[in-house]
Amino acid sequence: MSNNEIYTLTVNGRDHHVKDAWVGESLLYVLRERLAMPGAKGACEQGECGSCTVILDGKAVCSCLVLAASAAGREIATVEGLNPDGSLTDVQQAFIEEGAVQCGFCTPGLVVAVHKLLEENPSPAAVEVKEALSGNICRCTGYGRIFAAVDAVVAVRKSGSR
Amino acid sequence: MAVMTPTRLDDALEMAAGNPDAHLLSGGTDFMVEVNFNHRKPVDVISLARVDELRQWSEDRGAGTIFVGAGVVYAEMEKGPLSALLPALAEAARTVGSPQIRAAGTLGGNLGTCSPAGDGLPVLSALDAQVHLASTGGTRTVPFSAFMTGPKKNDRRPGEIITGVTIPTGDDFQGYSKVGVRNAMVISIASACLSVRDGRVRVALGSVGPVIIRATAAEEWVSSVPVVDASVALEFGERVATESRPIDDHRSTAAYRRHAVSVISRRLLERSNDR
Repeated sequence: MSNNEIYTLTVNGRDHHVKDAWVGESLLYVLRERLAMPGAKGACEQGECGSCTVILDGKAVCSCLVLAASAAGREIATVEGLNPDGSLTDVQQAFIEEGAVQCGFCTPGLVVAVHKLLEENPSPAAVEVKEALSGNICRCTGYGRIFAAVDAVVAVRKSGSR
Repeated sequence: MAVMTPTRLDDALEMAAGNPDAHLLSGGTDFMVEVNFNHRKPVDVISLARVDELRQWSEDRGAGTIFVGAGVVYAEMEKGPLSALLPALAEAARTVGSPQIRAAGTLGGNLGTCSPAGDGLPVLSALDAQVHLASTGGTRTVPFSAFMTGPKKNDRRPGEIITGVTIPTGDDFQGYSKVGVRNAMVISIASACLSVRDGRVRVALGSVGPVIIRATAAEEWVSSVPVVDASVALEFGERVATESRPIDDHRSTAAYRRHAVSVISRRLLERSNDR
């Protein structure tokens, strides 16, 4: 029987030891407050806003709804790990160029969700983009510029000039 | 205080036997909301997320049934081969939360929480699903109608783990409908699942009573009507609504829920007729 009060999380391919943590801490809390990875944002804490989206075992999930200790032994990827060298990804660059960032709070979650969408579906229909991003709430942009950024990435990737 | 992360069902059952008060955690989409808002202080938790045995589904063509493991996530019910076999479950899965929630939330978690608003539950009720439970002492199977005993109450005993459900296949029609305040990310204020097999109609209602309600009198009535036309569908909806037992709460009123359940039941019957 494994007791995970001290546990190890594998984030962006690196092992991180979590010590002296309370058992009820969410993955979002542990990433931000214990592992110095504040890319995922905390807002609703109930899985409605998507600003805390990370990839867990290949699936985009809300890190606020993952019990951190239960993520031991699983693969976690955050917005910090999208480009290992820390440079902007094509999605992040497109968000900037299309003006898809206003206050920026929802942006990391959206960027993770867009990467996941385009990995699974390289040329999504407009309705598929809306569906894939329906769990990420933005209160500034009205989404038009976010969808424009997705379209721009799709176009560039299709032309092979990424 | 401990979080246990077994990878084999046998190990999980041993842990549950040794700590019958431990919380059984699946996708976490209900549990973590309560923890984040300090409504629940977890002590011991057994996370079932890494138990692959619970994440399988299979079709038994000879028996005419599908087994869906407790750890199968909504995203898997929503699309692909399972959605073709159980279209009502796919329609229900499609209405659950957001893609992020559907990637984490499981059918077993829906059964464990047993909220009257659980989106998968009217499907299990209408399709006469059997719920499978296991413990170190053995296994047992309970019809869904007997499994859910009240709002957030079920027949699971301490030390037991919900392992999955068996659902009969071969319906001529099955469909699911849900009313909420908007079209996405919404908790149901009324829902219904309707299935037709060999002329026999079954309809189950969510969010309009303390448990999922089967409108058995309306089922009997409509199954005996030779031709379903617009007036029959209208009367069916009204009869279904009289069997609901909704309340006023922060999400809606009893009167609106009764109206909503009448409309969605009528439309589901019409859909079954148009197929």
